[in-house]
Amino acid sequence: MAHAGASKEQYNYDVIRKFAVMSLVWGLVGMSVGVYIALELAFPALNFDIPEITFGRLRPVHTTLVIFGFGGSALFATSYYIVQRTCQARLFSDGLATFTFWGWQIIVLLGALSYMLGYSQGREYAEFEWPIDILITVVWVAYMALFVQVLRERSQPHIYVANWFFLAFILVTAILHIFNNLAMPVDLFTMKSYSAFSGVQDAMTQWWYGHNAVGFFLTAAFLGMMYYFVPKQAGRPVYSYRLSIIHFWALVFLYMWAGAHHLHWTALPDWTSTLAATFSIMLLLPSWGGMINGIMTLSGAWDKLRSDPIMLFMIASLSFYGMSTFEGPLMSLKSVNALSHYTDWTIGHVHSGALGWVAMISFGSMYHLIPRLYGTKIYSLKLIYTHFWLATIGIVLYITSMWIAGIGQGLFLRAFDDYGNLKFSFIETVTFLHQPYVWRAIGGIFFVAGVVVMAYNIIRTINQSRREAAELEARIAAKMANA
Amino acid sequence: MKFKHEKIETNAGLLIALTLIVVSIGGLVEIVPLFFINETIEQVKKADGTEAIRPYTPLESRGRDIYVREGCFLCHSQMIRPFRDEHLRYGHYSLAAESQYDHPFQWGSKRTGPDLARVGKKYSNEWHTQHLLKPKSVVPDSIMPNYPWLLKNDLDYSDIGARMKAQKRVGVPYSETDEEYETNVKRFGEEVAAYLEISAAEKNLLRQAETANFDGDKSRLTEMDALVAYLQVLGTMVDFKSYQEGHFSEFR
Repeated sequence: MAHAGASKEQYNYDVIRKFAVMSLVWGLVGMSVGVYIALELAFPALNFDIPEITFGRLRPVHTTLVIFGFGGSALFATSYYIVQRTCQARLFSDGLATFTFWGWQIIVLLGALSYMLGYSQGREYAEFEWPIDILITVVWVAYMALFVQVLRERSQPHIYVANWFFLAFILVTAILHIFNNLAMPVDLFTMKSYSAFSGVQDAMTQWWYGHNAVGFFLTAAFLGMMYYFVPKQAGRPVYSYRLSIIHFWALVFLYMWAGAHHLHWTALPDWTSTLAATFSIMLLLPSWGGMINGIMTLSGAWDKLRSDPIMLFMIASLSFYGMSTFEGPLMSLKSVNALSHYTDWTIGHVHSGALGWVAMISFGSMYHLIPRLYGTKIYSLKLIYTHFWLATIGIVLYITSMWIAGIGQGLFLRAFDDYGNLKFSFIETVTFLHQPYVWRAIGGIFFVAGVVVMAYNIIRTINQSRREAAELEARIAAKMANA
Repeated sequence: MKFKHEKIETNAGLLIALTLIVVSIGGLVEIVPLFFINETIEQVKKADGTEAIRPYTPLESRGRDIYVREGCFLCHSQMIRPFRDEHLRYGHYSLAAESQYDHPFQWGSKRTGPDLARVGKKYSNEWHTQHLLKPKSVVPDSIMPNYPWLLKNDLDYSDIGARMKAQKRVGVPYSETDEEYETNVKRFGEEVAAYLEISAAEKNLLRQAETANFDGDKSRLTEMDALVAYLQVLGTMVDFKSYQEGHFSEFR
């Protein structure tokens, strides 16, 4: 069993192992870059007058490495695992699967390098210049073909709920990517391009993309992950089948309307942003539908929280999901947004979703997945507890310091003195930000420390699996010799 | 006949088709009308009937490329909201028309530093150059990084024509033919139209840099020249004093 090569396995696990390991590598690098840029904001001397590592160029490196490197690789790994197992069919082409792996890694690497060299489309989370965008499209089509072909060759009549979410994520990401990256290159031999749209229309397209990158890449897809690994780890069926149907269709429908809440009070027409705010508030229901369905799956097995640190990760992630999907609609209210927009409250909100939900559910899933991929047990449960608490403390420090920074700055900026003049100059609010920025960086360091512990645990687990395989082989060889 | 979700979840093709329909509606309803409803972008005319908002000159456009390259928008917005504090701090709220030639838009989403939508002409060229070189030298508590390379790097304007052509293809009215030039004269006046002529791009870029001397060093044309030229034009195209109070609010 253990010495079986990739080709002899019932499913293609080889590509999953590769993606799983790389998700950890990108996570570690991307989050470390995050800590570094957080420190740059607290201590600007760290920019060192070097263009390549100055905040403006390094910030998209951080977001790209964590969203597409860490999150993307984790999604490739888990979606390939889940779709093969729940459909009981193999990815139809090992070559194409390997192509998606190398293609994706090259995309992430080229993206990061190109921003440092000064090539950026200047659109958040879509900074990749046009040649890389074309490569993304090619890899994504291959991914879609692989995924859909497994669905078609399934030996189960029903498509499992996790796959609905992955499917929606793959389809929507394709649509968003293509329309938001329509651009005119200066010529075929330069990286520079100009966006096809301008001003208002460009802003609307970008935030339709930006919000649904959050909605589908960072939410729907991770719900797919949740719908497989939480029931597996809990050893219980999904709480409510009916709820999963309702919240799936409601979620994918409503999310697509919400993007314009990133543009409240701007030159975007009011009708658009009002519509977006309305749908953002409705979005609370399907979001919480998913959270409830996940958490309640544990009903009857709550004792697992006492004995299973992987379950802790999963339940904490769902709690953060519930919290940030409550905070989101709150911030989409125009009156709240008037204060929160342009401040660090937004950054805090993103991270309660990204660290609390996306990263925590990924860690939980990886702790479940990686030992199974390598046919062994996790090296240390204790270290998973250590990781959990480092991560949790890190998140709490991060989001509370950003609440202080954001709400504080928002209030300072709109304060008037008795004569109706502005009470504070802008630079006074920047001075105020220093302390929260330091605490945010400390929170980030805690979180990265957790990932280091995880990486160690995973490396030991993989080594252990190799040793076990070697021992088994030696024993078989000895037996054969005796016979 | 009773509907059962089973029909959808046992048919991959149907699941794909329905998902595509459901996810398309929101985007279609919110984005497509923005291209067709005329009030989305205000018509802002000067007293002589020409358009107030003009495309960027070759030098300003190169400056804007540098602004995008350095990721300035990650800390500085270019979108003033219609609030009293923002009015006092930055000026009149931003009009949609003011970013109609911005490919891509740079409204931003975060203000670690102040909004820049109307920073043009508020500070001198010398101030901007000094500030970009070493922000702390003019704003002691600033946390903005230094950008010394802007003054070290010569401005590369070898492909300025190609850059303007690319922008023309996505709708910026730079001119290549006599006919297009004449249209620009009617729309923007003769002086502006001359700057929008692609064949004269290099000449215009050098002329503007020469006359204004943005970075204080006459002997060289640097990236600093271009970036300061861009910053100095931000928000200066509309003369709000020439409109009656409340004139623009009807577009909101």
